[in-house]
Amino acid sequence: MTVQTPPPMAGSTIEAAFSGRLGNFALDASFSVPARGVTGLFGPSGCGKTSVLRCAAGLNRLQGTFSIDGEVWQDDKTFRPTHRRPIGYVFQEASLFPHLSVRQNLLFGAPGRQPPSSATGTSFEEVIELLGIGDLLARSTSNLSGGERQRVAIGRALLSQPKLLLMDEPLSALDRQTKDGVLPFLERLHDRLAMPVLYVSHDIAEVERLADHLVLMQAGKVLAAGPLAELQADPNLPLAASREAVVSLDAVVESYDASFGLARLAVAGGHFEIPAAAGAPGTRRRIRIAAGDVSLTRRPPEGTTIINILPVRILSETPVGAHETLLVLRLGENGEGARLLSRVTRRSWHHLQLEVGQKLYAQIKGVALTPASAA
Amino acid sequence: MSVPELSSETLSAIRLTIELAAITTVILLLVGTPIAWWLARSKAWWKEAIATVVALPLVLPPTVLGFYLLVALGPSGPGGQIASLWGARTLAFTFEGLVIGSVIYSMPFVVQPIRNAFEAMGERPLEVAATLRASPLRTFWSVALPLARPGFLTGAVLGFAHTVGEFGVVLMIGGNIPGETKVLSVAIYDYVETLRWAEATVLAAGMVVFAFIVILTMTLIEKRVARPGK
Repeated sequence: MTVQTPPPMAGSTIEAAFSGRLGNFALDASFSVPARGVTGLFGPSGCGKTSVLRCAAGLNRLQGTFSIDGEVWQDDKTFRPTHRRPIGYVFQEASLFPHLSVRQNLLFGAPGRQPPSSATGTSFEEVIELLGIGDLLARSTSNLSGGERQRVAIGRALLSQPKLLLMDEPLSALDRQTKDGVLPFLERLHDRLAMPVLYVSHDIAEVERLADHLVLMQAGKVLAAGPLAELQADPNLPLAASREAVVSLDAVVESYDASFGLARLAVAGGHFEIPAAAGAPGTRRRIRIAAGDVSLTRRPPEGTTIINILPVRILSETPVGAHETLLVLRLGENGEGARLLSRVTRRSWHHLQLEVGQKLYAQIKGVALTPASAA
Repeated sequence: MSVPELSSETLSAIRLTIELAAITTVILLLVGTPIAWWLARSKAWWKEAIATVVALPLVLPPTVLGFYLLVALGPSGPGGQIASLWGARTLAFTFEGLVIGSVIYSMPFVVQPIRNAFEAMGERPLEVAATLRASPLRTFWSVALPLARPGFLTGAVLGFAHTVGEFGVVLMIGGNIPGETKVLSVAIYDYVETLRWAEATVLAAGMVVFAFIVILTMTLIEKRVARPGK
């Protein structure tokens, strides 16, 4: 069976709704996300995100519906068994077949069990190169490292030419160092492949690096779903209220000042200068700004060592805890750009007589490129 | 001690035993595999009742099993009806009857190791295969069977060996017809009864060696299988 990945159409979506009991756990989750890019299913352990993924794969069967690009995989009348769904599934443990070589594992789900060429979809060579597993092909699976096993498992899923890639905490069984080794491969996957990905994780750092969209889950329910940056900057959600609140912004490299080693990146409604080699002009990078690194002044400051000072408007103010307040800002003179978060003391809010809608200057102490080289 | 020449009667008993054990083992692998798969995978609450029925020969006295088999294979049982298809009166005291009996009393020795192997692999490899577009049939052939191979080896060896060694049931349903139902274990008994000690000694010693080799082989298989890291 050959499954081709069509170019994703604008407006095509993944529609999911599942409800029912699994053991003594009640799931009632529904969301709709674009059928392109990476959608992170994020929430604490035991919130039901893996169950949602297994239902999407048809590995578990609950009441509900699932469709992608208008193609119904499950509804009241339909239930496509797992082996008839054009998915790739990467489990938490690599789960390679121990009786097959690495190469045989990779080709297990490939159409005709032949190395696919680029004419039939994702080619064998492309996957080998993307995941850096060329040297492993002839090996048996028993003497691979954890990171190698997981990369082979990802390659195996990709070579089955899926229309949808489902990843269930693919990094959580790996140690910190191995995880950092595999993450760049996932980022390349994200940049190079057109297929949509549902990515389950309880690690916000992974989600920040990989996801374009986010489905926030808690206790079997969906708290919110939407673009990553929008959910990060929603003061009513636990992400923005947490001490580690950040926003992730998609940026494009504009220029590089070699004499000072500063890269200039454009985001919606402003520019950032970052002391790093961010790549050639036109390169897409993701930057991350912590709420605690953004301070505010009423007038453009002079004689400061802070290089990123941008006009913003206050969109909202939400007290957090006893002493602080969380401000959602929008970049630009008229507040038409990307959202930032700023965490300030309530005393500052009162003394400066700040109010929603006001124009201010945001001084940003730290802008990190992801992957963060100096975290 | 000089090894006495094996009589044609003894040779015939050896040949018959090997034939019986081989046919029984093949049938058991064919019949036992689906049973083991069902016992390992089914969520039916009554599956353990079926498992118990399969395991009954482990604890039933061979004479009890043999008695019921004799009734079942005899002219008024289902075995007699089957025999009537080719004009015979009964399956008791025939080689075919012996095969049927052997399949039943050796069943637990084959089903149990295969079931254990199917259970030990867990759901995961089967789920992985399904996510890679493998139909249930392909999953069974290319994933479940190879992963359960040690269980099949153990089951086949045990089934073969146990069929070679059974005495009570064979005597009950097969009797002692040379070339038809006189297998090794019965032959040894016969030699002892007729005071032919030399022949009894050779056969008994041969069985000891055989049993030794069987158990050693199984231990080595299990060791070899257990070694590679998962």
